Amino acid sequence: MPDTTAVLTCTALKKSFAGVHAVQGVDLDLVAGECFGMLGPNGAGKTTTIEILEGLTELDGGEVRIFGHAPGDVRVRERVGIALQETELPDRLSVVECVRLFRSFYARGREVDAVIKHLELDEKRDARVAKLSGGQRQRLALACALVGNPDLLFLDEPTTGLDPQARLKVWEIVLAFKAGGGTVLLTTHYMEEAARLCDRLAVLDHGRVIARGSPKGLIASLGAAHVIEVITSPALDDAALGALPSVVRVSAKADARVLHAADVSAALPALLSLAASRGAHVKHVSTREATLEDVFVHLTGAGLRDA
Amino acid sequence: MPDSSPSSSLVELTRMRVLMFVRDPGAVFWVFGFPLVLAFVLGLAFRNRPPDPMHVVVADDPALAAQLKADVTLAVDEAPLDDARWKLRRAQADVLVYRSGGTVTYRYDETRPEGRVARLAVERALERANGRADTLSSADEKVSEPGSRYIDFLVPGLIGMNLMGSSLWGIAYSLVDARKKKLLKRLAATPMKRSDFLLSILLSRLVFLGFELVALVAIGWLAFGVAVQGSLAAVAVLSLLGGLGFAGIAMLIGARTASTETAGGLMNLVMMPMYLLSGAFFSSKHFPDVLQPFIKALPLTALNDSLRAVINEGASLGSQRVPIAIMAAWGLVPFVIALRTFRWQ
Repeated sequence: MPDTTAVLTCTALKKSFAGVHAVQGVDLDLVAGECFGMLGPNGAGKTTTIEILEGLTELDGGEVRIFGHAPGDVRVRERVGIALQETELPDRLSVVECVRLFRSFYARGREVDAVIKHLELDEKRDARVAKLSGGQRQRLALACALVGNPDLLFLDEPTTGLDPQARLKVWEIVLAFKAGGGTVLLTTHYMEEAARLCDRLAVLDHGRVIARGSPKGLIASLGAAHVIEVITSPALDDAALGALPSVVRVSAKADARVLHAADVSAALPALLSLAASRGAHVKHVSTREATLEDVFVHLTGAGLRDA
Repeated sequence: MPDSSPSSSLVELTRMRVLMFVRDPGAVFWVFGFPLVLAFVLGLAFRNRPPDPMHVVVADDPALAAQLKADVTLAVDEAPLDDARWKLRRAQADVLVYRSGGTVTYRYDETRPEGRVARLAVERALERANGRADTLSSADEKVSEPGSRYIDFLVPGLIGMNLMGSSLWGIAYSLVDARKKKLLKRLAATPMKRSDFLLSILLSRLVFLGFELVALVAIGWLAFGVAVQGSLAAVAVLSLLGGLGFAGIAMLIGARTASTETAGGLMNLVMMPMYLLSGAFFSSKHFPDVLQPFIKALPLTALNDSLRAVINEGASLGSQRVPIAIMAAWGLVPFVIALRTFRWQ
């Protein structure tokens, strides 16, 4: 008897396009009711992976089971809601016409007007798609995904290009879906989004999963919860900085030295007295908690945004 | 709250296509407005007028002119010889008549039928005026065959051309546009039945085809008196078959093409030769015999020829088996290929 909590399993997924290995052996498993995030820079293979899972792209190797069936199986499509990275719904249709169209594809969907109200689109019910803002379009895309009353939601970069307020609304919708027992698989390159929404994450780079775990667990894996950024003139040498109490790692970011420290109250005074003893002028010092961005930089040696 | 009685996806998809079309003013003009404008303009240019009189110019001979003016079929002008020659050269006169030393001379351009006819008419008028009697008893019987005017020829051609243009634009362009905007991909990820999607394309075309046909036949009849000599049902059946033929070609163009520019090019590649060869504005019989089998095999030729046979000549559907077979083949073969090669993204 299959494990009823396993919504999606995917093992050794492979896909190449014209000799480029977009996905090189990705393993994922989603359990019911969780939000799972695929985090990674553009070109990491996130969209290819999610499109294979959606049944839109044929896989070259590996195996995928969703609710016990192959991706693209009509029994899977009945239970899955999707928002692609970019879908232009017909400009000349109204919000309600789009949602009604998508509703008609599902055997057991939700009531069109209830979904429109839930996504706060009731004021725009009869507005044409062409007249909607970016945030409203994204909510409409989510309405079309939710009107089929899915158990599993695939969201590819759901908030890319949205302003902060529109992003918050999308997050509320996703969290509400999860609170109702739904399972979510999303891709993002926003750290904050991953931290806010996801129970578990897989960090992808160059078509491989390079780390996985909860957002907190990934940050804890750095071994240092704090980051101190310092700029001095002249610069202090990495060996001396690395020997400071509780500092586990030193890296460079532009002019600044970046110290990963387990205990900021021990490291910071020692840093300042080191600078004083060397006669170095401290031009800038700041401390913050470690984030997923630091995890990513540590894992790949590159920032997500500039990747 | 679950909603277990949604409308059918075939109905919704068809409704979507119809709404998208009627809310596009440009498309509505090109499909409905443009053929009507064309019919009006060409109908006005080629409308039937009373028979033109023959133009005669008489040089320096008022007595001769007076004799000719008695004949109502002649428009007689008088001028000095040099001016008269100039009028003939400019085709303001069909024949120049002058008398020198008792001989009447007819000067005209032998290669112009008007010149030859005018010469005979002038000679007859002068001979009669000078006492020649007819030896045979004769009577005139003037006819005007229904369906023989240019506008009668034009209206079926416009119907054919319009069905071709609207089918290709309505299907091929909209498919490629939906693919480009990833709408096809999004639809493919739903449990939507693929056959519903393809059927909705044909159904929405059927809706528009009905409107287009009624509009063009009604305008032809009301504005230009182009009556349908055969049965209206036959016109509808032929238009439907023609529409299916063009739908097949349009599906093939739209099956894999990902850019709207490429689709536009392919559509023009298909439509331009047919505009010229298939006899929309002038008879395709003017083209050399070698080309005729090729021209006859084109779907627009088959549609135009069979519509003309029914509308202008009152032919029955049964007599149009060859064009019907040609249109059906165009509807079926490309459609099957399109279904096999169709890409959702």
